[in-house]
Amino acid sequence: MADLRTEFVGVKSPNPFWLASAPPTDKEYNVRRAFEAGWGGVVWKTLGLDPHVVNVNGPRYGAVWGADRRLLGLNNIELITDRPLETNLREIKAVKRDWPDRAMIVSLMVPCDEESWKFILPLVEETGADAVELNFGCPHGMSERGMGSAVGQVPEYIEMVTRWCKANTRMPVFVKLTPNITDIRHPARAAKAGGADAVSLINTINSITSVNLDLFAPEPTIDGKGSHGGYCGPAVKPIALNMVGEIARDPETAGLPISGIGGITTWRDAAEFIALGAGSVQVCTAAMTYGFKVVQEMISGLNQWMDDKGHADMDAICGRAVPNISDWQYLNLNYVAKAKINQDLCISCGRCFAACEDTSHQAIAMNPGRVFEVKDDECVACNLCVNVCPVEGCITMEPMTPGETDPRTGKVVEKDYANWTTHPNNPMAKAAE
Amino acid sequence: MPASPRSPGIVAGRLDAAALAERFSDISPKLDAHEALVAADRCYFCHDAPCMEACPTSIDIPLFIRQIATGTPEAAARTILDQNILGGMCARVCPTETLCEEVCVRETAEGKPVEIGRLQRYATDTLMDAGVHPFSRAEATGKRLAVVGAGPAGLSCAHRLAMHGHDVVVFDAREKPGGLNEFGIASYKSVDGFAQREIDWLLQIGGIEIHGGQTLGDAITLDGLMAEFDAVFLGMGLAGVNSLGVEGDDRGNVTDAVDFIADLRQTEDLTGLPVGRHVVVIGGGMTAIDAAVQSRLLGAESVTLVYRRSQERMAASVWEQDLATSKGVTIIHNAMPLRVIGNGAVREMEFEYTRDGAGGLEPTGETFRLPADQVFRAIGQKLEGAPDGLTLEGGKIAVTGAGRTSLAMVWAGGDCASGGDDLTVTAVAEGRDAAEDIHAKLMEA
Repeated sequence: MADLRTEFVGVKSPNPFWLASAPPTDKEYNVRRAFEAGWGGVVWKTLGLDPHVVNVNGPRYGAVWGADRRLLGLNNIELITDRPLETNLREIKAVKRDWPDRAMIVSLMVPCDEESWKFILPLVEETGADAVELNFGCPHGMSERGMGSAVGQVPEYIEMVTRWCKANTRMPVFVKLTPNITDIRHPARAAKAGGADAVSLINTINSITSVNLDLFAPEPTIDGKGSHGGYCGPAVKPIALNMVGEIARDPETAGLPISGIGGITTWRDAAEFIALGAGSVQVCTAAMTYGFKVVQEMISGLNQWMDDKGHADMDAICGRAVPNISDWQYLNLNYVAKAKINQDLCISCGRCFAACEDTSHQAIAMNPGRVFEVKDDECVACNLCVNVCPVEGCITMEPMTPGETDPRTGKVVEKDYANWTTHPNNPMAKAAE
Repeated sequence: MPASPRSPGIVAGRLDAAALAERFSDISPKLDAHEALVAADRCYFCHDAPCMEACPTSIDIPLFIRQIATGTPEAAARTILDQNILGGMCARVCPTETLCEEVCVRETAEGKPVEIGRLQRYATDTLMDAGVHPFSRAEATGKRLAVVGAGPAGLSCAHRLAMHGHDVVVFDAREKPGGLNEFGIASYKSVDGFAQREIDWLLQIGGIEIHGGQTLGDAITLDGLMAEFDAVFLGMGLAGVNSLGVEGDDRGNVTDAVDFIADLRQTEDLTGLPVGRHVVVIGGGMTAIDAAVQSRLLGAESVTLVYRRSQERMAASVWEQDLATSKGVTIIHNAMPLRVIGNGAVREMEFEYTRDGAGGLEPTGETFRLPADQVFRAIGQKLEGAPDGLTLEGGKIAVTGAGRTSLAMVWAGGDCASGGDDLTVTAVAEGRDAAEDIHAKLMEA
């Protein structure tokens, strides 16, 4: 059995699966249920100063669905906790006392002045919480008041507030980043410069999930109006993975601990974040969709995969994929692959044909009897057929062996690596040398 | 004492009204909105979809399912009805398991096809329940056309002709229109008077008159119709039934399955419809299955369907066979009738087992008897009273192309014409295609 125990900036948890700061971690009742279900830790839903905020009294969530109404994306316009500060602090303390082996991180969002942070940090420290996470990410509501993503979008503010916090608490300080920026590396560098012990990302993405076509109003609709919300769930995973990877491979932030967040729904998603450098992962939408029990699949799945592959513990997998993230210009242009359709698995739906014929390279033949075959002399190995095929593993990309002739180009596949920087079609190629 | 399944002879009321209502209820009810969305989500929107190829009316199935999935079942219905104006009935009676659903790639992938038939019914019922008839007539052409037979072929032809602006008069031997849709479909496939509702809906196009009680060769003649109308479409089906050709075929209570099915469909109160204690059905097609199953549902103690060839040769689909056995029908293959035994009325039937020999089916010499109060013949129907001058082929009206007969300006389609599978959906396709051909011909001049 693989060892899933996690130590993240000194914060220990029995597994890397934490619940993100969000509605599932708003109350003692929920968090106790989460721990009973097996979650390794929680980031308690963001605390603010009293008087506590209020939420809308109409719908807070909007959604995007896939086939069979599978929830793929969720957006929300909920604010930080709408309960008194004292209530939350009391509950945090009680839960941490009863669950000392679980990670208890407290998310915070107070106005952008040092006094506010100086006020709240000792109160949190007193609960026995393991760390704080500075919420510089929420893109709706609080940002209009100069908090949340309004801070996260200005690297100088991130650095400033982080520094205040580091100066006013002994607890590790995580900085939660907003993805609503142009280059995630800048806020991450600012957090590091301010002394952050770790970054957590991503927070939610500015979004309108749908428009009510009777009301002509964005959804969720409150009395005929809608406001943008924060988007999360499986749909945002690719965006999150990229941002995590960018920070992990940026020389300026390399080694900065990352708590990965964004659409993690299965053990595999979590493993991917960890492989890209996340030392822990945070989950919200999956729990909100399926309930807390979903963590049991994540634990068993990660365990099984690690055992199957011989990975003993978290250190064995954390960041293993980071060296393989490359800029496009360094990808090997001498690598040639061809799509291959497994006729035994093919169910003859013809989606690969429609996709290739209508929108790609006319590299799939539809032969009598609905037999679909790749035309190697046309196939550019774009992978679209693989992606539209409903049967997993039916179409694969098979690399050609160096020395073979690519029937499309008539050229022999070279065994040596060669990339764009030296390609003759690259006007900058000489300058690059 | 009320009758029971074990009451001897042929009696009514073997089961009470509640039991009969339950047994004859809709065998495959309309999907609700949620079920339809779940079912529609399974469609892969295949390229040049096999289901569409397999549909005799070439309905664009992936498109209509996508229209259901995106919340526009009315648009889906339009897609269906464009190709098949009786899409509502076909959704109920098509042997989808041997047509569209058999070739569904999800049948290939998982052994569970997309429920195309039920989705089609969801779409067409949604539109029809809203009382919408989505077609209108082109400008009047002044042409008048005669259609003989108000069954699937004739109605399909008439609607398409009316849509093109022609005036159509439909003649049918029965007083009530619908043909086999009204008289020949098992009750549990077409509940709540659906056949008549569909006809009423179809006639909303306008320009179609239906004249009942007009048998060709009796009240009307082909010569007369040809003289009065610009063109004639013959879609009167097969009125004759093949006899068993064995000793005792004329004994009492040996009757045609089609008549039993028609009586059943027209009976308001099924407790008044008599059925035998021991029923034997001879045949291997849909008519045989429908008669056998409904005999059981009416309360017959034992129903045996006897087919002279092997199971693989049965015209009824495996789904239909399974339905029959699930209702308690015993199916015996490879047995042919030898004689009907009884004193006046049938009491027993004697059969002889068969096998496939070098020269075709041959008897084995091994015989057996089945008790029988009632025997239904279901070994096929035949064309009766075909008008003189029409070339026949295999006992049916010979047609080429889109239903052209040997006579100019006379078309034919459905069961009475050569070719085709004798399915409702085939008849609809033939009626439609003949209408297009008639229209093109009439507009040439």
